[in-house]
Amino acid sequence: METPLTEHIHPDKPPLDIDAYRKVGGYAALDQALRMAPEDIIRQVEEAHLRGRGGAGFPTGRKWSFIPKGPDAVHPKYIVVNADEMEPATFKDRVLLEGNPHQLIEGIVIAACAVQADIGYVFLRQAYRRAERRLRRALAEAYHEGWLGRDIQGSGFSFDLHLHVSAGRYICGEETALISALEGRRPVPRAKPPFPPVAGLWGKPTVVNNVETLCNVPHILRKGPEWFRGLSRCGDGGTKIYGASGRVQRPGAWELPMGTPMREIFEDRAGGMAEGYRFRGVIPGGGSTDFLVEAHLDTPMDFDSIQKAGSRMGTGCILVLDDRTCPVGMVLNLMRFFAQESCGWCTPCREGLPWIVRLLEAIECGQGIAADLEQLRRHAELLAPGHTFCALAPGAVEPLSSALHYFEADFERHIRQHRCPWS
Amino acid sequence: MPTIIVNDAPYEVREGQNLLQACLSLGFDIPYFCWHPALHAVGACRQCAVKQFRDGADRHGDIVMACMTPAAEGTRIAIDDPDAKAFRASVIEWLMINHPHDCPVCDEGGECHLQDMTVMTGHNYRRYRFTKRTFRNQDLGPFINHEMNRCIQCYRCRRFYRDYAGGTDFEVFGSHDRLYFGRPQEGPLESEFSGNLAEVCPTGVFTDKTFKAHSSRQWDLQVAPSVCVHCGLGCNTLPGERYGELRRIRNRYHARLNGYFLCDRGRFGYDFVNSERRIRRPLLQADGTAGQAPGSPEAALQQAAAWFSEGRPVIGIGSPRASLEANFALRALVGEANFYAGLAGNELTLLEAILATLQRGPVPAADLQEVSQADTVLVLGEDLTNTAPLLDLALRQLERPVGFGRAARIQVPVWNAAGHQAVVQQEKAPLWIATPCVTKLDTIASGIHRASPAGLARLGQAIAHRLDAQISDVPELDDVATALAEQISAALAAAKRPVVICGTSTGCRALVETAANIAWALHSGGRSARIVLTVPECNSMGLALLQPAGGLEAALERLTGEPAPAVVVLENDLFRRAPADQVEALLSRAAGCAVIDHTLTATGERAPVVLPAATYAECTGTLINNEGRAQRFFQVLPPAGEVQASWRWIRDLAAAAGRTEMAAWQRRDDVQAAMVQALTLLQGVEAAAPGWNFRVLGDKIPRQGFRYSGRTAIQAQIDVHEPAPPPDPDAPLNFSMEGYGGTPPPALLSHYWAPGWNSVQSLNKFQEEIAGPLRGGDAGERLLKPALQQEIPYHPAASAVSRDGEDRWQAVRLYEIYGSEELSVIAPAVAERVPAAYVALGPEEAAALQIAEGELLRIGLDDRALMLPARLRPGLPARTVGLPWGVPGLPYWDEATRITVSKDGRHE
Repeated sequence: METPLTEHIHPDKPPLDIDAYRKVGGYAALDQALRMAPEDIIRQVEEAHLRGRGGAGFPTGRKWSFIPKGPDAVHPKYIVVNADEMEPATFKDRVLLEGNPHQLIEGIVIAACAVQADIGYVFLRQAYRRAERRLRRALAEAYHEGWLGRDIQGSGFSFDLHLHVSAGRYICGEETALISALEGRRPVPRAKPPFPPVAGLWGKPTVVNNVETLCNVPHILRKGPEWFRGLSRCGDGGTKIYGASGRVQRPGAWELPMGTPMREIFEDRAGGMAEGYRFRGVIPGGGSTDFLVEAHLDTPMDFDSIQKAGSRMGTGCILVLDDRTCPVGMVLNLMRFFAQESCGWCTPCREGLPWIVRLLEAIECGQGIAADLEQLRRHAELLAPGHTFCALAPGAVEPLSSALHYFEADFERHIRQHRCPWS
Repeated sequence: MPTIIVNDAPYEVREGQNLLQACLSLGFDIPYFCWHPALHAVGACRQCAVKQFRDGADRHGDIVMACMTPAAEGTRIAIDDPDAKAFRASVIEWLMINHPHDCPVCDEGGECHLQDMTVMTGHNYRRYRFTKRTFRNQDLGPFINHEMNRCIQCYRCRRFYRDYAGGTDFEVFGSHDRLYFGRPQEGPLESEFSGNLAEVCPTGVFTDKTFKAHSSRQWDLQVAPSVCVHCGLGCNTLPGERYGELRRIRNRYHARLNGYFLCDRGRFGYDFVNSERRIRRPLLQADGTAGQAPGSPEAALQQAAAWFSEGRPVIGIGSPRASLEANFALRALVGEANFYAGLAGNELTLLEAILATLQRGPVPAADLQEVSQADTVLVLGEDLTNTAPLLDLALRQLERPVGFGRAARIQVPVWNAAGHQAVVQQEKAPLWIATPCVTKLDTIASGIHRASPAGLARLGQAIAHRLDAQISDVPELDDVATALAEQISAALAAAKRPVVICGTSTGCRALVETAANIAWALHSGGRSARIVLTVPECNSMGLALLQPAGGLEAALERLTGEPAPAVVVLENDLFRRAPADQVEALLSRAAGCAVIDHTLTATGERAPVVLPAATYAECTGTLINNEGRAQRFFQVLPPAGEVQASWRWIRDLAAAAGRTEMAAWQRRDDVQAAMVQALTLLQGVEAAAPGWNFRVLGDKIPRQGFRYSGRTAIQAQIDVHEPAPPPDPDAPLNFSMEGYGGTPPPALLSHYWAPGWNSVQSLNKFQEEIAGPLRGGDAGERLLKPALQQEIPYHPAASAVSRDGEDRWQAVRLYEIYGSEELSVIAPAVAERVPAAYVALGPEEAAALQIAEGELLRIGLDDRALMLPARLRPGLPARTVGLPWGVPGLPYWDEATRITVSKDGRHE
């Protein structure tokens, strides 16, 4: 089984420096891209069926094709790399950022060639200090070796790449809030339209891509779209870095074919439940996705299959709920996070999430009343896509609404017994 | 015109709107908070949710925000859809989680948009059973009260303050459900437009602190339509009275002028009406003594009338802050040859030049709306933020050509405020500013130039020459100015709707004339040019239209004649208009002197006869703004004491002097009829507002709202019988709740109220369309129309005396929004913001003199010496000081005053 993304990542060793990276074939794809027509790069990425790995699964090639090109296009154009990995239970980008920063840089510059961008920013999560150090060194090396900056490798193509370390808010993972933050404004999502490819950073055409997405790009160019599609077990091309956390035997992250069934990740890789714990449910793709239960374990982990099962693949990092953890407490913990991370722009998210938190707190500490469940359900319905300004609140209530569905009896026990049965 | 389908019925709407705007224009009620007609949509509050359907067959539909959805052809929505209604009720419920429900003690109560919207959505039962979050409030200075606990986080305040008005000291802090709207630290709000927060805020977070000090309920106020008296722009206001006191000013909407907003001087300067310096009874000087004592009107009139019967000449000194009626009455009393402007000759010349420009030139004056829609603007000499603040606000709205063009190409409409701003970013406005000193507008200008007034006139002429070679060029212009003249003339020539702004504030007539030349040259080049010439006071233009025989110097000259004339001074403190020795000479030479004024000034204190005049709030009259627009202000309250309108005192004086034709004036309309007959120029003034006999269905219009309380109790301690309302011979308005309850013509409209809409937002119901003109057309009448002649009457080359390069010190006038205007500084809230007198120097000059900010300098103004703290103001030319104009603590000075500057007492 091929693992192109993590092949050269060794948990106990520092990442490859530029010479070592070159030795294993690094920057060859960029070298190739510098001599390709932009539309050919985009076509290859489209044919590879690469879908965005940030969570939404938007086809990457199509996103690039929205950027205005040609002599009349507005410049500078920007590439912004979303490395603000703050989704609860998610740590797959961290593996790539710390493990092989040159792979990311190469992917970024290829993307820049494809959309004829002039400037790039890596928007990095504040807490990723090691990634910051490694990325800075790799950037310096890439500049020194002429893979960044003016007239890259004599191709006539110039591209500058900057590292911006976030001040640290979950909402910065929302691409337009990220752009606002980069501009020095409050990280509040923007109205769409205009979409970033038309008017993004500083009002100029901007591509925002996830770290993992871009890391795939050099491999697509080097080995071709057909090879890339062949890596997968479903219609979407490539491999995926899946993660697992919770009370499993071996929490961790693994690069596996896209569409690997959840059970394989959970049982074969994570080793199933830890000693003395029983499986109750799983959040498949980070904190803002719906719970799935035992019956769903054989679902392939790809965007469409997980959606059919009633959740979202999101970041592909599964969070397992065990029988010795209170589901109300777990949902409360997630809701506290989302309520705190609400940017405060729109009413339903700003006021609705804290209300949910208060209700869950009351239930968890035995002061819940029957009407609280109705309030929770009402909120789960009201904080729907389109009702709120961005996707934060609709995502935030996904674990709540599914927990109310699958673990209703546990909520009711809290209220009936006036205490948390797990405490 | 697209057709939209609302609740299954088709409606035609104007192109390029969002659904909220379109539906409100159609008269539908949709609740909203973050949207504001001037600030547009950002989709934050989620209150205006409606159901949108793909087509007639779609019965499911999706909830969308009306404010963020274009009213495009075929858009099909339901406002009353049960899901949408339920969602809207939830939004209010969320907003109310933390709201303190302190309506009974909240100043906003009764005119609160949050109250209205809460009632409209039907939310009433509290289901949130947890504690509320609370905040500490800030002291934001004398104008605005802060009560953060009431906040519903609609972001309007921040968007108005920063994005619309260009303020920098106000922000939203924090995130999630702990957002704080305020200043980084306590202290007065620095924006000149902070008072608008009280109207922009949909609830009681930001309220009028001066109104709070006067504590009254808004529904208890007696209100009449009025016009601001604190600068020459003529913004429309709504003063409110209770218990004989003026208690607040609110914006009166005028689509062509102030729109939704006022400046803080206009909003908070009203308290001079309540001042202890008001004159309530005639004051008389006993013979041979300096002191004044209250006397009877009869005695006062008799004393003054004696001058006429003695056969003495009587000269009248008019006033740019008195109504047209008062000035005309004085002119009629003394005769046109004896009617002098209460201004220095130079100031009168400036006004005459402005009048001539608007009367004889081909270019019309721009109103504020036209200014904000200009595509290139040149400001010559004016520090607009301080001389005509609403022009500052208008210029901040100028379209940024590149960004607006891009936004239009990628189809991001202006109403999508945040999206539009994301495209436009920080682009400069097509605005060019040439002033003696740094101005607040500089930060948005494409180009800035600093020079003395004479230098500015030279730059202006160089621009005019480049636009029309008929105008001679300027010899020996330096390279910087030449390059700038090229740039500005090119920008103006490329414009479709250029506007040139100049005014009286530099005291330089050549500058006004050169501004006219530029505008005329643009006109002759086929551009639809407009000109704005600002004037210092509310009726400066009205005074000029009465064609005074001369300025104060000429009046003084008259007093040297035999027999010495007596003087009648109308609403004027001459010590603000001319050097003190000249005024003293004038007053002492006069055979008699009567001052008619509402406030006791230095001039009044020296007069043998003082007659108590009504302020704008206590009488009805007409003001002419800088565009030449006649506007009527209406009496708000019956004055206490012997106070009456100045023209009535003059009439009484005429009567006492046996002048029967004037003695017959009973109503303001009688004065109007006389002045229209006497001066053809004033024809049209009667169209400013309906006359006294206007009625709707036989009724007058009530000044008191129908919720006015206590009318039977208000004087019960004096008399248990309800007093009859005072008669009003001048206006078709009642001092009562009774009268026509419907919508009167805009000039008489003083209450914005519609069922369910108690707040200022009810204005929506009075406009032809949202943000459009009031139903019935905008009030007021332009008296000055451009002259349609072939030949353009260019002014001859700049005649300004340039002293640039000379070694002697020059002084330029600096204006302070709080301080340079006479009446507003009497208001305690404004007085708190008036800076102490200072002397400003350019940083280079200060460095050369080794003077630090705040250091005391000895400033000589002719023979007077003053110790003033130094303030560094970038841009001031060498050997030039800036002195704040009209600020208390500085004597009158002008261009003829000899200026000396020395440090440590030593003359340098």
